[in-house]
Amino acid sequence: MNFLSIFVLIPVLMMVGLFASNNRKQLLTVMTIGASLLMIMSATLTYMYLTERAAGNVAEMLFMADTVWYAPFNIHYSVGVDGISVAMLILSSIIVFTGVFASWKIDPLPKEFFLWFSLLSIGVYGFFITTDLFTMFMYYEIALIPMYLLIGIWGTGRKEYSAMKLTLMLMGGSALLLVGILGIYFSSGATTMNLLEIAKLHNIPVEMQRYFFPLTFMGFGVLGALFPFHTWSPDGHASAPTAVSMLHAGVLMKLGGYGAFRVAMYLMPEAAHEMAWIFLILTGISVVYGAFGAIHQTDLKYINAYSSVSHCGLVLFAILMMNETATTGAIMQMLSHGLMTALFFALIGMIYGRTHTRDIRLMGGLMKVLPFLGVSYVIAGMASLGLPSLSGFVAEMTIFVGSFQHTDTFHRVLTITAVSSIVITAVYILKVVGKIIFGPIQDKHHEELTDAVWYERVAVSVLIVAIFAMGSAPFWISSMIGESVIPVIGQLIK
Amino acid sequence: MQYTILILVLPLLSFIFLGLMDSKFKPKTAGLIGTIVLGIITALSYYTAFEYFTMYKVEGVYQKVIPFEMEWLRFTDLLSIKLGILIDAISVMMLVVISTVSFMVNLYSLSYMDGEKGFQRYYAFLSLFTFSMLGLVVATNIFQMYIFWELVGVSSFLLIGFYYSKPSAVAAAKKAFIVTRFADMFFLIGILVLSFYTKTFDFGVLTGENPIVFAAGAGATFMGFSVLSWAMALIFIGGAGKSAMFPLQIWLPDAMEGPTPVSALIHAATMVVAGVFLVARLFPVYYFQTPEVLHGIAYVGAFTALFAAVIACVQTDIKRVLAFSTISQIAFMMVALGVSGYEGHEGTGYMASMFHLFTHAMFKALLFLGAGSVIHAVHSNEMKDMGGLRKYMPITNWTFLIACLAIAGIPPFSGFFSKDEILAASFEFSPLIGWLMTFIAALTAFYMFRLYYNIFWGKDYAVKAAAHGHGHDDHGHGHTPHESPFAMAFPLVFLAAVTCVAGFIPFGEFVSATGADYHIHIDMKVAITSVVVALISISVATIMYRKPSTTPDKLAASFSGLFKAASNRFYIDEVYLFITRKIVFNSISRPIAWFDRHVIDATMDGFANTTQWVSIRIKSFQSGQIQQYAYVFLFGTLLIAALILIF
Repeated sequence: MNFLSIFVLIPVLMMVGLFASNNRKQLLTVMTIGASLLMIMSATLTYMYLTERAAGNVAEMLFMADTVWYAPFNIHYSVGVDGISVAMLILSSIIVFTGVFASWKIDPLPKEFFLWFSLLSIGVYGFFITTDLFTMFMYYEIALIPMYLLIGIWGTGRKEYSAMKLTLMLMGGSALLLVGILGIYFSSGATTMNLLEIAKLHNIPVEMQRYFFPLTFMGFGVLGALFPFHTWSPDGHASAPTAVSMLHAGVLMKLGGYGAFRVAMYLMPEAAHEMAWIFLILTGISVVYGAFGAIHQTDLKYINAYSSVSHCGLVLFAILMMNETATTGAIMQMLSHGLMTALFFALIGMIYGRTHTRDIRLMGGLMKVLPFLGVSYVIAGMASLGLPSLSGFVAEMTIFVGSFQHTDTFHRVLTITAVSSIVITAVYILKVVGKIIFGPIQDKHHEELTDAVWYERVAVSVLIVAIFAMGSAPFWISSMIGESVIPVIGQLIK
Repeated sequence: MQYTILILVLPLLSFIFLGLMDSKFKPKTAGLIGTIVLGIITALSYYTAFEYFTMYKVEGVYQKVIPFEMEWLRFTDLLSIKLGILIDAISVMMLVVISTVSFMVNLYSLSYMDGEKGFQRYYAFLSLFTFSMLGLVVATNIFQMYIFWELVGVSSFLLIGFYYSKPSAVAAAKKAFIVTRFADMFFLIGILVLSFYTKTFDFGVLTGENPIVFAAGAGATFMGFSVLSWAMALIFIGGAGKSAMFPLQIWLPDAMEGPTPVSALIHAATMVVAGVFLVARLFPVYYFQTPEVLHGIAYVGAFTALFAAVIACVQTDIKRVLAFSTISQIAFMMVALGVSGYEGHEGTGYMASMFHLFTHAMFKALLFLGAGSVIHAVHSNEMKDMGGLRKYMPITNWTFLIACLAIAGIPPFSGFFSKDEILAASFEFSPLIGWLMTFIAALTAFYMFRLYYNIFWGKDYAVKAAAHGHGHDDHGHGHTPHESPFAMAFPLVFLAAVTCVAGFIPFGEFVSATGADYHIHIDMKVAITSVVVALISISVATIMYRKPSTTPDKLAASFSGLFKAASNRFYIDEVYLFITRKIVFNSISRPIAWFDRHVIDATMDGFANTTQWVSIRIKSFQSGQIQQYAYVFLFGTLLIAALILIF
């Protein structure tokens, strides 16, 4: 058995372990061990990957394996990773790990919660390691379905509505996606659904690409909060429990960007060239529109959801620039956004757990009573507005510089529009920080609040360390991603 | 010069250490650690300066040295962010300025901030600021500068908002951050445009001897100006934001909400001159490639200098007077750069600008620390709560007076020498600018002495306190003001001493646009004019403010329109408020939020509702009732049969 499959196997074993557990302590033990193993696995994988690359292995994907899974349709279970998937696996492990700590006190039905949580992880990990289109789609669905229950049962506010809305919109996206994927397979003339093979053949007729590119791109785009299909995000996030928001914004939304790049752009480069301008405008709107939308919100989760629309818009925006630097920036932005938005949602959850409100008008001066959470919130905010030494800066700068290298004026003008988001982001971030973290205490009851406890500190610290690490030493991650982007870009400029 | 890396590493370590340990230390320990680290950095900086100015002159020209450089983030084959240390005349000069002032402020704060909650945090932030500012001035490329540019911005944000539970401090911190961030956006776009055409971030290449890199951008134009001009103008906007040039000056007066030593360090001596430093760093590009932008800088500077000086004449908060005075003085430096030529005598402006930056940093820091000492004594920022303090605070009085004389341009104090060079350069550029700057210099002398007399002379403090019959006793500060302790007095004396002697430094031999020697010679005509004008202004201020008199009020009444407008800072803040509140918040953000909920989301909900509606309607087709099915079946058969029969 290929060792990449261990990433899927661990959550499966976690589920088995959860079934066997009887009380919260056992559940948490299983989850902690599983999540730690996943962390260790990703670290090992990163090490092995970099060693292999350093040894001069220039294959597009490493650690490949392939088994026929369903012969009639040539569906294979085939796995392999490149720098991009490794980066995404690291991200997933960090988020799953911290997610476990953030849901330490989940109530009611902890067992069921963690079961669905693990199932979701299976989908996420499977998606990132697989190279077969159909298997990829299957994992994608596995990741989406638990979301409905996780929000519907453990959520807050209008949870049934939000859960339904989120699931239906994402399902709508995946319907487009399924058509797109089948279209790709049948018009490519390939014998398998393997991405690499289809890309190598590179003979999907342009007129077919014109149909299937927009379907695939939009299908993935819905999950990547592409304007105007982003409205599931504010409601969904607002209702979701903390760990689910973290996992969803942190990892699941990345499935969209990853898929759009790996499937839509890679396999249909001609149509991508023809149609990029449409999506560039849409994503350009996302970037600015999301940021302006966030200014006006008063619910912390809404603010963060709109901010995600803006930041994820930047991911798709950069991918569409179709050059190495911008695309590297896009992947880095996925990583960076994943980390900081997970941190945000974790902190919002912890603040909500104490103040029982997420309305910024009802809070103030939390720094005084919750110094740890306050400082962490300021750090998260600074990462979000792109302070150097934190992850957001390196990602955004790579995107901006890369996008601006485009020879076409239209692209450069759009880039300047996107750059303006750094100011708007500063406005809404500082508005929130100035209101709830600084300033005088708003509510007398908040004076008795207690600061973060150990498991909360673990979750928050891990994320902050990751954000700092990426932001202060970006060179290795940037070069790891940069190398892996080349084959796809090569396909695009052929 | 490998050791220069320590100048950056030490304050960073100090920040991390103090930041993580925070309250685990006694406040005094944290303060001492911060101050000692700064002491070491200062010593290192002085040593660097000594070594550089004695050893790195080749054929009469100072060389640029890069003792350390590493690739930090690679974008393309040509473009990458490097982090490094560039040692040349202006960066060494800045090292000396920053470390000296920072050290003095660290020392001063030991006593000034004593007993404040968050004392450790304060020192951590000071270290962060020092690190960022030092990184900014030694940047080897424009992107490194941008990185540290942002970091000084955030340190400034944190320090202005140090008293974070005070809403006005938080608002001021936000304002400072957002306004400078807005300017930084233009800076970033400028960098993008510049690097797109030149394919480099490197200062060495950009300002080098053979600027072949500009060839690509030379032909391209946009709206009548070359793209290069656009790039350099955008970069200047970034500088204008940090250096509070009109119309981006609005954040600086509010920034006075921060602790006074912070104002001295960041908002008087170091960070606010970053814009001047930026222009100086890119001076060859401005001068050779985009002279029209350089002239624009001169005009922006001249206008800002006048604008701020007028406002400074009517402010009543002593820190705000100093803030506007800072804006005005930085504008002097900008003007000097704007009017400067490049080589030999032509380069007066450049040299004068750097010279003034140096002298201004010292005497303005002194003024702020002196003001801090006064505020410490009387617990108020307002002039009306002060008066006659010279009796109680002799050291503060004398040092403040020296600084006032320096900024007014009275020889032999340092300000005279640097300002005189600026005026000379301005006169050479255009008599109009020259006379304007002389007039502003006169205003400077006036408002500074208005400030001085109001604090140290005029009606006696004790008499005032008794007459008001409120305040000080109620707050438990019922004591006569007294001189500050040693830790606060020493920096005052030290900076005053520097102010007395700095003018005699042969500055031109160290710093000039080309790196070659430049011999300062005082232009007697300009010098005499400016001194005479300054003396007249001081006399006017003396008459009006030395003794309590009604003249100022009468004057204010007779120019009530101007007075009111100036007191309200010419309503620029209101314009900004209008733009942000009415336009950005209410006309863009609110409609977008509404549109998102009521149009886009409603459409999505509409799909769902339509589906639901349709499904309810067609639900009855599958009622499960055999009779109904049979009925429909029969009816359908008959209908089809009938249709077949008819056709």
